[in-house]
Amino acid sequence: MSGFARPLKIALGLAVIAALIVVPMNFNRYGLFILSQWAVMSIAAMGLNLTLGYAGQVSLAQGAFVGIGAYAAAIMTTHGWPLPAAILVAIVLSFAVGWVLGYPALRVQHHYLAFVTLAFSTLAFLVFRNESWLTGGIYGISNIPRPHIFGIATNKPLPFYYVCLGSLAIVSLAVWWLIRSPWGRAFMALRENPLRAQSLGIDTRRYTLMAFAIGSALGGVAGALYAPLTQYIDPVPFNLSLSLDLLMMVIVGGAGFYFGPFLGAMIAVLLPEWLRFTEGYYLMLYAVAVMLLLIWSPTGILGILDRYMAARRTKAASALRAVAKSRLETVQ
Amino acid sequence: MSAVLEVTNIKKSFGGIHAVNGVSFDVREGEILGLIGPNGCGKSTLFNCILGQLTPSGGEVKLDGQVVTGLRPSELNKLGVSRTFQLLQVFPKLSVRENLILAGQEHQGNMASRLVGRSDAGLTDTANQMIGFFKLDHLADEPAGGLSYGQQKLLDAAMAFMGGPRLVLLDEPAGGVNPSMLADLKERLVAINREKNATFVVIEHNMEFVMSLCSRVMVMAEGKVLAMGPPDEVRKNPAVIEAYLGH
Repeated sequence: MSGFARPLKIALGLAVIAALIVVPMNFNRYGLFILSQWAVMSIAAMGLNLTLGYAGQVSLAQGAFVGIGAYAAAIMTTHGWPLPAAILVAIVLSFAVGWVLGYPALRVQHHYLAFVTLAFSTLAFLVFRNESWLTGGIYGISNIPRPHIFGIATNKPLPFYYVCLGSLAIVSLAVWWLIRSPWGRAFMALRENPLRAQSLGIDTRRYTLMAFAIGSALGGVAGALYAPLTQYIDPVPFNLSLSLDLLMMVIVGGAGFYFGPFLGAMIAVLLPEWLRFTEGYYLMLYAVAVMLLLIWSPTGILGILDRYMAARRTKAASALRAVAKSRLETVQ
Repeated sequence: MSAVLEVTNIKKSFGGIHAVNGVSFDVREGEILGLIGPNGCGKSTLFNCILGQLTPSGGEVKLDGQVVTGLRPSELNKLGVSRTFQLLQVFPKLSVRENLILAGQEHQGNMASRLVGRSDAGLTDTANQMIGFFKLDHLADEPAGGLSYGQQKLLDAAMAFMGGPRLVLLDEPAGGVNPSMLADLKERLVAINREKNATFVVIEHNMEFVMSLCSRVMVMAEGKVLAMGPPDEVRKNPAVIEAYLGH
C-alpha cells in the first residue's frame, strides 16, 4: 500500500472507522447482528492470519479455538462471572492449548500439519458434543447474558455491536504492533526460510509455538464474543467447517497482508447476505466467485493490489533510470 | 595464537556413505582458513556438523575450549558463530534493510524487549552502515528477492556479520559472483577480518580467491583431511595435485 500518500491513507482509515461507528445506528436488528458477526470473525481470522499468513504454519483448527473461547465465556457468564474475566480465561486457555498444538509443527509441515490440526479440530468438536456435564452436549448453553460495560447494559443489538467493534479495534492495534515488532519479522522468517532463520540466532521452536499460541488466543477472544452475540451456543457452529471458513477468509482476503482478514471476513459474512436475492443459487454463486478470484489471484484480493503497486513502482524506477541514463549520455 | 574452534575426529555417515570420516583441525583466532576439495568430499557436511544443522555421528566440536557439539544452530549463533550458505538464503519478500535487521535482532535484548521495544530493535543505523559497507545503498528498500544473484550473495554475507560474530563460516561466497564484485567482496572480508577481529573459515572452489585470501588452507578428499598448511605449500603437495587431477 506504500503507493498511497500517508495523509490520504490516514484520512481513508478515519473515514472507514467513522462509517463503522455512525452508519450502523440506522441498521435493524439483523443488520447489526451481521456486522457484529463480521467484527468477531475478523478477530478470529486475524489470529489465523498470524499463524498461517505471517508465520506460514497451516492450521485447520482455528474454528476449534473459537469454540473453546465461546464455551469458556458461555459457562462462566451463565455462572455469574463478568465477560472481561471470561475473555481473559478464554485467552489463557486457548493460548495454552494453541501452544501445545504447536508442537507437531516442530516436526511436520504443510499438508501434514494441516491433517494434525484437522484431527484436533474433530477432537475439540467431540468434547463440545459429548462432555454434556460441562458443555450441555447437543442441547448447548442458552440464555448467555450480554455484559455491562462501565455500567452500561449492552443487551440491545447496537451497544453490543460497539462492544464487538471496540474489541476488534483493540485486537487490531495489538496485532499491528506485533507484526511490526521484531517478533513479526521473526514470524515472517519462519515462513520464508526457517533454515536461514536458525543460523541467524532465531529460536525457530519458540517462535513457532508463539505463532500458534497467539493466533489461537485470538480465536479464543473471537469465541468469547461470539457466545454473548448469539446468546445461545451448541457444538454445531464450531465444527470443521468453521475452521475451513476462517481459512478461506484469510486466503481470499490475502494471507500475510494486514488488512486481509477484514476483507476476507467481510466477503465471507456479507456476500452470502447480499446474494440472498438469488435465493437457492447464492451458495453456488458465492463458490464460483471465490474460485474465480483464486484462479485470477492466488494471493487473494490484497495480492491483486500488491501486484498493481509493485508494477507501478517498477515503472517509476525504470523511468528514473532512463532519465539518469540520458543525462549520462549527454555528459559524455 | 589460541584456537577459536577445535574440531576433533568429526564423523558423519548417511546410510553406508561416510560423508565426513574423522576430521580434526583447529582454527586460530583472527585467521582466515580456506577449505577446499573436490565436489562431494564432505566440506558442506562438515560445516553443517560444526554448526549444529546436522548431528555428527561421532567426534567433538569446541568453541573457545567449551564443548558445543549438539547445540542448535540458533544457540551457536548466539555464542558468536555465524554462517553463509552455498545456495542463496535471503528472505525474498523482506527489503534489504529488513533482512539485515532480522539478521541482528536476536542479539539485541531478550524475547520480552523484542516484543514491547522498538520495531527495528535499535538496528537501523547498524543496518545502514552494513548496507554502505557492502555498497548496497541504492537497493536498501528493495525486496531482497528482486536483487541480482551477485547482490543477493553480498547481502547474504552482510547478514552473517549483523550479530557481530567472532567466527564466520562461509560456504562458497564467490560462487556465481562476477569478477569485479568478487574483488569487492574480498576487500570487504579482509577489512572485517582486520577491523572486527573476526575469524573466518571459507569453503571455495575459486582457487585464486582462496589462495589470495587465506592464511592457511585445508584440503579435504573423500571425507578426510588430505593436507593443511599455507597456500603455497598446499599447492605443491603431490597428494593434493593427485586428488584434483588424478584418477
